[in-house]
Amino acid sequence: MSATEEKTAYVGSPVKRREDRTLLTGRGTYVDNMAPVGTLSMFVVRSPYAHARVKAISLDAARGAEGVVAAFSAADLQGDWKAAMPCAWPVTEDMKNPPHYPLTDVARYQGDGVAVVLADTRAHAKDAAELVEVDWEPLDAVVDVATALEDGAPLAHPDLGTNECYVWRLDTDATGQAIDDAEVVVTRRYYQPRLIPNAMEPRAALAVPDPAGDVTLYSATQIPHILRLLVAATLGMSETKLRVVAPDVGGGFGSKLDVYAEELLAVALARRLDRPVKWTEERSENYVATIHGRDFVTEYTLAATKDGTITHCRAKVTAAMGAYLQLVTPGIPLLGAWIYAGPYAIPNYSVEFTGVFTNTTPTDAYRGAGRPEATYVIERTMDALAEELGIDRVELRRKNFIKEFPATMASGLTIDSGDYVASLDKLLEHLDLDALRAEQAKRRENGSERQLGIGFSTYNEMCGLAPSRILGAIRYAAGGWEQATIRYLPTGSVQVITGTSPHGQGHETSWAQIVADQLGCDIDAVEVLHGDTSVSHAGLDSYGSRSLAVGGVALCHAADKVIDKARQIVAHQLEVSADDLDYANGTFTVKGSPDKETTVAAAAWAAFAAHDLPDGMEPGLEATATYDPPNFSWPGGAHAAVVEVDTETGDARLVRYVAIDDVGTVVNPLIVDGQVHGGITQGISTALYEEGTYDETGSLVTANLVTYLVPSAAELPSFELDRTESRSPTNPLGVKGVGETGTIAAAPAVINAVLDAVSHLGVKDIQMPATPERVWRAIQEAKA
Amino acid sequence: MRHVALTVNGTRHELDLEPRELLVYVLRDRLRLTGTSVGCDTSSCGACTILLDGESVKSCTLLGVQADGAEITTIEGLATDGELHPVQQAFHENHALQCGFCTPGMVMAAVSLIDHGEATDEAAIRLGLEGNLCRCTGYHNIVLAVQQAAGVMEKAS
Repeated sequence: MSATEEKTAYVGSPVKRREDRTLLTGRGTYVDNMAPVGTLSMFVVRSPYAHARVKAISLDAARGAEGVVAAFSAADLQGDWKAAMPCAWPVTEDMKNPPHYPLTDVARYQGDGVAVVLADTRAHAKDAAELVEVDWEPLDAVVDVATALEDGAPLAHPDLGTNECYVWRLDTDATGQAIDDAEVVVTRRYYQPRLIPNAMEPRAALAVPDPAGDVTLYSATQIPHILRLLVAATLGMSETKLRVVAPDVGGGFGSKLDVYAEELLAVALARRLDRPVKWTEERSENYVATIHGRDFVTEYTLAATKDGTITHCRAKVTAAMGAYLQLVTPGIPLLGAWIYAGPYAIPNYSVEFTGVFTNTTPTDAYRGAGRPEATYVIERTMDALAEELGIDRVELRRKNFIKEFPATMASGLTIDSGDYVASLDKLLEHLDLDALRAEQAKRRENGSERQLGIGFSTYNEMCGLAPSRILGAIRYAAGGWEQATIRYLPTGSVQVITGTSPHGQGHETSWAQIVADQLGCDIDAVEVLHGDTSVSHAGLDSYGSRSLAVGGVALCHAADKVIDKARQIVAHQLEVSADDLDYANGTFTVKGSPDKETTVAAAAWAAFAAHDLPDGMEPGLEATATYDPPNFSWPGGAHAAVVEVDTETGDARLVRYVAIDDVGTVVNPLIVDGQVHGGITQGISTALYEEGTYDETGSLVTANLVTYLVPSAAELPSFELDRTESRSPTNPLGVKGVGETGTIAAAPAVINAVLDAVSHLGVKDIQMPATPERVWRAIQEAKA
Repeated sequence: MRHVALTVNGTRHELDLEPRELLVYVLRDRLRLTGTSVGCDTSSCGACTILLDGESVKSCTLLGVQADGAEITTIEGLATDGELHPVQQAFHENHALQCGFCTPGMVMAAVSLIDHGEATDEAAIRLGLEGNLCRCTGYHNIVLAVQQAAGVMEKAS
């Protein structure tokens, strides 16, 4: 095909996913599906107590049980660990980080492991685990993040002398005016409950040793590269002896972004026993053994002039760490630290985060990680401020939007592009607010049992983790670059090796789209490889909506390098200067001689044969690019929820949900919409259904899918999506990332809608999730 | 041990099972049909959904011995001669799967829903899939896929 022929670009097209066929036909390679000959099943014995010492432990009965090959206590394995389990983000110099080992003799949360049993089958291992005898000494447990810093609260780690993990502040004071001197000051206190991520695939790890002492760890992980580095370091192994493979992974949402005890145990025990060791979580085990999200108490203040110009925002956050710091635990609040002003131009900015230990499952990244927590308090308080000012909620938002870009926020970071006004306008076009308001007014007048409420959430978010220099400045232990290799095989097929690690996001399809466009080849000629540290040698994996904004851009740079080398080869072979060549869609043409053309693929063959390459040029046509983003990326948008509340029962149902999102350039609209659907659903679920609760002894009450409500299709409506597009000028693709936007925006939209439905009855606040009981009680209390 | 005979995807298997073995583990561990997954331990998620004697059942909630004499279809048995079943094809065309873990169960439940004539409108589809949880897609595209497949299968019948 000549360069002048029209070719529909893959980028921007709703290309169907190549990942699908394998998954649709039941051929997925999830870790639990693998069972090499001789695999031992591993089962972890866990503390039923939130806080308890193991006074004595006996494994004799367990060791003698049918099929059991070995059993170990914490003491038996202590020598296997070179270091405690890693936390990659010491957010302050004096942050407290009590060491956590894969097995312990003092359990600090319900679920903390104290012994491990290995047997020939899962059933035998579990049977034997029940025979492990532990003499427990229960200790006082601290459970509630809101009271953990009060005098007399039990200590999660008595030898720390406190439950305070750290205090981190970001303060800017542009105008010198104290917040309390503002004309209108609105302060609200919010509790955002603990959430249990519930990726559909339970975690699993399979460690396979080979005779040379190397181990391959197959793990249901989002972070194969990081895992390899940190598992090797924790076990005192050379990285060269550990290969980590993330095969098909069934969802993560941050809950598989960690270095877990069971992964360390599987590798250590595989080496000890010289047999493959496999561990698979049961769902109710997942509830205590896999990280939780949120659990924040926030006091948030907005101050404004009487005409509605917001002058100050201030957030004071008390964030539950859980019992230990896992990989990113203390940093989760900080991931939102710069966006507590949301999409609004607020000149004075102050945030303070206090991390607090409780005897609960450790918290860590869960979809949005720090940003839903910010958006929730901002958007709830915007409504409260609007009411206080007597200004329309939508107009208050519009009035205060950042309107010119790039915009350096008071918090110190610069948003490269955006158009919050355009998103809001588009939302209102879709919504037909007048009709909704008329319906609402009619129902109020009639005193209908079912009242209607409309709620808004206009947001921005910061993702595309992350510029390494900034990460260094905020004490994160690693960088935020990403690597891509593009390699032509001799006959013109292309191998793409990415450092990202998809677990449902469709990178194989999207990356092939990007590369096929740049190299002008057929998408089916592009193979995308990922997730295996023997194939993808370097990368920083997938989380924080970074894969496209960082990994995708690395692909572009690698493609540029490939095209550049091909240009040199072609110039040499056509005996022209490199500048005399035009390049488009995989074809080089000589300027002024349109009949003289050749392809990148032809150059690939020439590079392989190496019969006639420019002097000094190495054979082969491949290039690697490692891209360190100069800035975060900044999606934003406007969402609205329409909710119907049954005032007799308190039942709140979502009737409509409209989302306008700006994610910059859209590579694959099918995939982008899918990410928004899924993200919104988790936000809606936060608002209406999900709440992880412990009782006062630290026992998890919502202990499985019966008591913790993950919604089904029956609880949700279809969504109305649209987009605005303000390309990011920071990267050549113009992309921003989309994985978490829905979850960041949705919860306050829904709660604002619920409140709007019953505000005429005097209800002013409601605790998430807005269960029927909470809504009903709020209505009753307002009546009284 | 109990001796049972199951026909799975057209193949007859004779097995000696412990009475306590769940059918889902019989399929996964003994027959190595790992397309059917275990997603929970409270019969809530539906990832284990298969067809047994023409009905959709959660294979985690049946003992293997209860399936003695049954005709079972798992996800591996749905495509015929390499051609995707209309439900599988519709899921692909509508981006109704992301991580894929819930997908086999969701597809089997959808097949059953349509076969029983119950995929009549959006509300009926959503209610009919109540027993199958998905954490990735938000169900929006799954509903579209089931609607499309229902249309295709109705025309074909």
